Amino acid sequence: MERKETDMDGIYLDNNATTRVDDAVVAAMLPFFTAQFGNPSSMHSFGNKVGLAIKKARMQVQELLGAEHESEIIFTSCGTESDSTAILSALRASPERKEIITTSIEHPAVLALCTHLEKEGYKTHFLKVDEKGRLDLDEYRKLLTDKVAVVSVMWANNETGTLFPVEQMAEMAHAAGIPFHTDAVQAVGKVPIDLKNTKIDMLSLSGHKLHAPKGIGVLYLKRGVRFRPLLRGGHQERGRRAGTENTASIVALGLACEQAMQHMHFENTEVKRLRDKLEAGILAKVPRAFATGDVTNRLPNTSNIAFEFIEGEAILLLLNKFGIAASSGSACTSGSLEPSHVMRAMGIPYTAAHGTIRFSLSRYSTEAEVDRVIQVVPEIIAQLRKLSPYWGENGPAEEPEKAFAPVYA
Amino acid sequence: MWDYSDKVKEHFFSPRNSGALEDANAVGDVGSLNCGDALRLMLKVDPETETIRDARFQTFGCGSAIASSSALTEIIKGMTLDAALKVSNQDIADYLDGLPPEKMHCSVMGREALQAAVANYRGEEWKDDHEEGALICKCFAIDAVLIEETVRANNLSSVEDVINYTKAGGGCSSCHEGIEEILSKVLAERGETFNPHAVVLQEEAAGKPAPGKMNNLQRIKRIEMILDGIRPQLQRDHGDIELVDVDGKTIYVNMIGACSGCQMEAQTLQGIQAKLIEDLGEFVKVVPSRAGSYARAASHV
Ligand SMILES: Cc1ncc(COP(=O)(O)O)c(C=O)c1O
Repeated sequence: MERKETDMDGIYLDNNATTRVDDAVVAAMLPFFTAQFGNPSSMHSFGNKVGLAIKKARMQVQELLGAEHESEIIFTSCGTESDSTAILSALRASPERKEIITTSIEHPAVLALCTHLEKEGYKTHFLKVDEKGRLDLDEYRKLLTDKVAVVSVMWANNETGTLFPVEQMAEMAHAAGIPFHTDAVQAVGKVPIDLKNTKIDMLSLSGHKLHAPKGIGVLYLKRGVRFRPLLRGGHQERGRRAGTENTASIVALGLACEQAMQHMHFENTEVKRLRDKLEAGILAKVPRAFATGDVTNRLPNTSNIAFEFIEGEAILLLLNKFGIAASSGSACTSGSLEPSHVMRAMGIPYTAAHGTIRFSLSRYSTEAEVDRVIQVVPEIIAQLRKLSPYWGENGPAEEPEKAFAPVYA
Repeated sequence: MWDYSDKVKEHFFSPRNSGALEDANAVGDVGSLNCGDALRLMLKVDPETETIRDARFQTFGCGSAIASSSALTEIIKGMTLDAALKVSNQDIADYLDGLPPEKMHCSVMGREALQAAVANYRGEEWKDDHEEGALICKCFAIDAVLIEETVRANNLSSVEDVINYTKAGGGCSSCHEGIEEILSKVLAERGETFNPHAVVLQEEAAGKPAPGKMNNLQRIKRIEMILDGIRPQLQRDHGDIELVDVDGKTIYVNMIGACSGCQMEAQTLQGIQAKLIEDLGEFVKVVPSRAGSYARAASHV
C-alpha cells in the first residue's frame, strides 16, 4: 500500500485509538459543507440531493456489514451513542427484566453505562475471562434466563484485539429470547462481517476507527427488533434517532466503508504480516516481555506487549521522543491508580500489567516503520529497566518483591 | 497526553543521580509494584555533620515519578537531614515547575522516601500514614480517601460542606456526582440518608433565611444591609447608591453623584447585582430607577 503524506512526521501505531481520514474520504465530504449544504429533510432540490447522498452512504455501510436491509442502518454521533442507544433501548422495551449480561473487558462506553445502571437497580453480570482473555461460554449459558433484558458483548477488544465468539453467543441469546448487542467498533473494517446470516440484533460501529472522521457512528438494528429511541424529536432516521443528519460525515463514512471492503483482504494478509513481524521482532530482542490476549484469535492489526518491571507511561514518553505513537494500559496514562481493567481481568500480574504497550497498525503502516520500531524498542526498555529498583544487572532482581522491600506495601 | 512542564520532561529524559549507590548508609523504599509506583532513595550521610553527601534513586514508575525522584535528589544533596526533612512534596513539584493534579502523588512519594531513608539512618521505624484513593477532584487533586475521612471526622452532609472543608468540588463541578456517592456511603454508615436538597435547612440554621422564606421586610432589610456593605467603595469614588424600590425580582436603585451616568455605571450595577444574587441566594435584577419608572409604566398599560 502506498504511503500517504502525513502532516506530522512520525510513526503512527495507535490506530485502535483513532485513524487518519483517507484523502479521498475528505475530498468526498467537502462539498457537503458548501455547495451541498442543504437539509436532507427539505422539500427542495438543495435538500433532495443530500438525501440521495445519505441513501448511498447507507447502502455502503449496509454492504460492509452484510445487513439485509438498508433501513437497518441508523446513523448516530459516535460509537458511544450507539452503545448507549442499544442497551437503553433494550431495557426500556422490557422494563420487567432487570438483568444485563456483558463482559468484564468491555470498552468504558458499555462498562461505565452498565455500572451506572447497577445504581438504578439493574443487576449486571460481568462475564469473566481467562488469562488469554477468552470467555467461558458455560458461565454465559447459565445466565441466560428470562430475567435478562439484553446481552452486550464486544466483537473485538480494543486493547488486545482478542475476538469474541459473538455470532455463537447471539445464537444462544436468541434461543433464550434475549436481544443481543455487540460493540463492533474495533472489528468493523478489520474482519469480515455478514450480519444477515447472524442472530445479532444490534451492532455499534464508529467512523473514526476506519478512516472516516470522528463524531459519526452507526447503530445496526435488525428488522423486527423492538426499539426505543434515545433521542426523540424530528423524523430523521425514521424517528429512531432525531436530530439533523451530520451529512458530510455520513457521506464520508459511506466511502470509508466502501474502501474498508476493498482493503479487507489486504488488512488480513499484509497488515497482519507486518503486525506479526513487529511482535516477533520485539519479543526476540527484549527479555521478560510477552504478548497479551488470545494471540491466535485476534484482530490482524493489534499487538499488545507487556514489558515486565517498568511502567507504560514512561515507555510511551520515550517512544514519543523517537516519533513513535502507541498507547498503554498503565494506570498512569489514564490518571487512575489501577492498570487497565482488561489486563486485570486476564490476571496479568502487576509486574507486567503496568508495562503493557499496544501497537495498532493500519493499511498505511510500512515495513520501514516496523523495522524502525523493532530497532528502537529494545533500547528504550533497557534504559528504563536500568532505572527500576526491580531490575538487577541483566534480569529481574532475584525475587523482586523481596529485593525491594518497602516498609509498607 | 499529559501537560508536563519542560522541567519535568528534562528530568525524565535525563534523570540526575539514577542508579544504585554502593556505600549508602540510609535507604528508603516506598511504593510497590501493585501501585505502579515504587522508589528507592539511597543516601550517603556524613555521620559527623548529618549532611547528605550523595543521593541516588531507582524508580519504577511513570514520567513524573522518575522526574520527581531526580528532582528530589538534586534538592537534598548537601542538606542536613533536618533541613531535608522540611522539604515538602510541594517543594518537589515547584522545583519541576508544577505537576498535573493527577500526578501530585509522585511528589508525595518522593517526600515519603526521604522520610523513610532518614528513619532508616536513625534506626527508627517509619510508618506510612497516608492511604491513597481514587482521584475525585481533578481541579484540586483530592482523592476519595481524604474526602471520606473528612466527611466522617466532621460529620459533613452536603457537597457544599465538602467543598468548604477539602476544596474538592470547588472547581469545575464535574466530580459532584462522585462526592455525592461518598456522602451517601458515609451517611449510610451513621444511619442517615444523603439528601441533596438539605442545603436550605442548613442555611436557615445559620441564621440566614433561605430565599422565599424571608418575608418582604426581612428581604428589604437584607438588601439594605448588602448595599451598606458596598457603599464605602462607592463613596471612595465620590458616589453613592440609594435603594428606591423592590418589586419582586427587580431591585430599583438610584445612583448618586459621580456614579450616576458615568461610563462605569452599567458595570458597577452589574457588580452590585452579582453581589446581591450571591448573598440573597436568588436571582434578582438591579435596575436604575429612571429606567425602572419607564419599565413599570410600560408594564402597567
Ligand atoms: C470498543 C470500543 N467501543 C466504543 C468506542 C467509543 O467510540 P466513540 O469514540 O466513537 O464514541 C471505542 C473507541 O474508543 C472502542 O474502542
